[in-house]
Amino acid sequence: MTATTAPAVDQVSTGRRTEHAIPLSRVVRVELRKMFDTRSGFWLIASIGITGLIATVATVAFAPDDQLKYYTFAKAVGYPITVILPMVSLLAITSEWSQRTGLTTFTYVSRRGRVVLAKTLSAVIVAIASMFFAFAAGAVGNVVGSQIAGVPTVWNLSLGHALTILLGNLISLSIGVMLGMVLLSSAGGLVMYFVLVLLVPNLSALLATSQHWYKELQPWVDLPFAQGYLFEGMHTGAQWAHVATSVTLWIVLPGIYGLRRVMRSEVH
Amino acid sequence: MITIDSLTKKYGGNTVVRDLSFTARSGRVTGFLGPNGAGKSTSMRMMVGLTTPTEGFATIEGRRFADLPNPGREVGVMLDASAQHAGRTGREILTIAQQVMGLPASRVPEMLRLVSLTPDEADRRVGNYSLGMRQRLGIAAALIGDPSVLILDEPANGLDPAGIRWMRDLLRDYADHGGTVLLSSHLLSEVEIIADDIVMIGQGRLVCQGSKAELLQAAGTVVRAADVAVLQQALSIAGIDATVSGDGSLRTDADPARVGRAAYDGGAVLTELRTAGSGGLEDMFLELTADTSRDSAPTKSSSRKSSSRKSSTERTAA
Repeated sequence: MTATTAPAVDQVSTGRRTEHAIPLSRVVRVELRKMFDTRSGFWLIASIGITGLIATVATVAFAPDDQLKYYTFAKAVGYPITVILPMVSLLAITSEWSQRTGLTTFTYVSRRGRVVLAKTLSAVIVAIASMFFAFAAGAVGNVVGSQIAGVPTVWNLSLGHALTILLGNLISLSIGVMLGMVLLSSAGGLVMYFVLVLLVPNLSALLATSQHWYKELQPWVDLPFAQGYLFEGMHTGAQWAHVATSVTLWIVLPGIYGLRRVMRSEVH
Repeated sequence: MITIDSLTKKYGGNTVVRDLSFTARSGRVTGFLGPNGAGKSTSMRMMVGLTTPTEGFATIEGRRFADLPNPGREVGVMLDASAQHAGRTGREILTIAQQVMGLPASRVPEMLRLVSLTPDEADRRVGNYSLGMRQRLGIAAALIGDPSVLILDEPANGLDPAGIRWMRDLLRDYADHGGTVLLSSHLLSEVEIIADDIVMIGQGRLVCQGSKAELLQAAGTVVRAADVAVLQQALSIAGIDATVSGDGSLRTDADPARVGRAAYDGGAVLTELRTAGSGGLEDMFLELTADTSRDSAPTKSSSRKSSSRKSSTERTAA
């Protein structure tokens, strides 16, 4: 790195160019790239695949023979997605503040809502890709597992059920987006995430067993509880209503507050 | 061109930037000078939409930053060269900028060459970069979109003297091609080397602005005589106020011609007569910001009662 002569700077644009607004697809492509271009980001997403494979092998090894059905595999492989995906979407947002990259990101794309939307869409792309991976890994596991155990191969997962599983995972992803926007901090966001998915459901379950009034209320306000329907298969219209209310309560409302924070907060 | 109009930022009752107005013209390098905490960075963040002003606005080539369709192609911004993900390589950071702005991929190696980062250095993670390398990368990222305006916060920070010279040549060349450069610094010496125009602020308020030449002129005159007493008398007869510096020279706000005439009339034998020059600008910087900066003007001498101007003069002499 020598500093002797400065090469000539290109002609500074004299006449104003007609610039077109940056299309959302371009922002999505760049945000998707940014999810993979650091070691931490790469391994976080790679861990979805790695834990998925471990889950497949573990299911073959440990699941009772009568449980060696496709849904068992899909569920086992899909579980890491449900846990890790929200961290991907959360960190994509908070890193702009915690790593201070927002200082450049938001001078390239000044509409921050667009950046957050692009990050969310990138995470959805990762989600869909991981779901395909999970269903494929599950299929392989199902065939191999049932062969080893000598039981008939059972394909007990309908397309509709697969779609509700995807929806359940997208809700998980949205939890990450919401927490990222509300907290704008990687460390705080991850802590809150684990409080929300590990601690709150247990407290809710505890409350439901001791308080009768809450037991009635729980499906309406307990998000992981309502998500459970999506993963296990939807049966009634009331279940959809439970999903709608708990998503509104835990994701939409705080998300609106978070979006305001994203727009207004200063980037230092 | 950057136009700042009555820009004000308040945090609660604390006013960080107060009614700031100035213009950075195209074809010129404008130095944005002020002590630490004067509001330089906050002002720059407001110019590029990272901080919402309480009042006032800033425009770039007549448009607000938020209205620019592809901001990176109009304004190159470097607010903090270290504000990058440490795990990305320099090349990756430029590639992100290139892709989001929709530029040809060839711009990345072009920019690396421009800022003298070798391909090997470009493939290292920025966590391993020296501050000087980060500054170069930041300059490359600011220039990649071929913008007509550059906004750089402390760009010379961390550069060695050769690096500062390199930056001066680069920015000079950029401005000579019609670009607008606004760069901040808390070091007068840096701004003096690089800038054509100077905007000085203290505690969020505009202190003075003008071309470097004008400000140097306004910084007064230094005069030295074989016999100081005779010179002092000559000046007082002519009605010129002067202060004695620690090295025995006199300093006055009057211009050199008037001082020379007074000395001639009073029969003083001069050994030196000149505009105060850079030292004078520094004095002005320290003096103008003395009551607004966190610390009062630094005093090297033990005499605490000396005026800020005098003490800063002594500091220059020391």
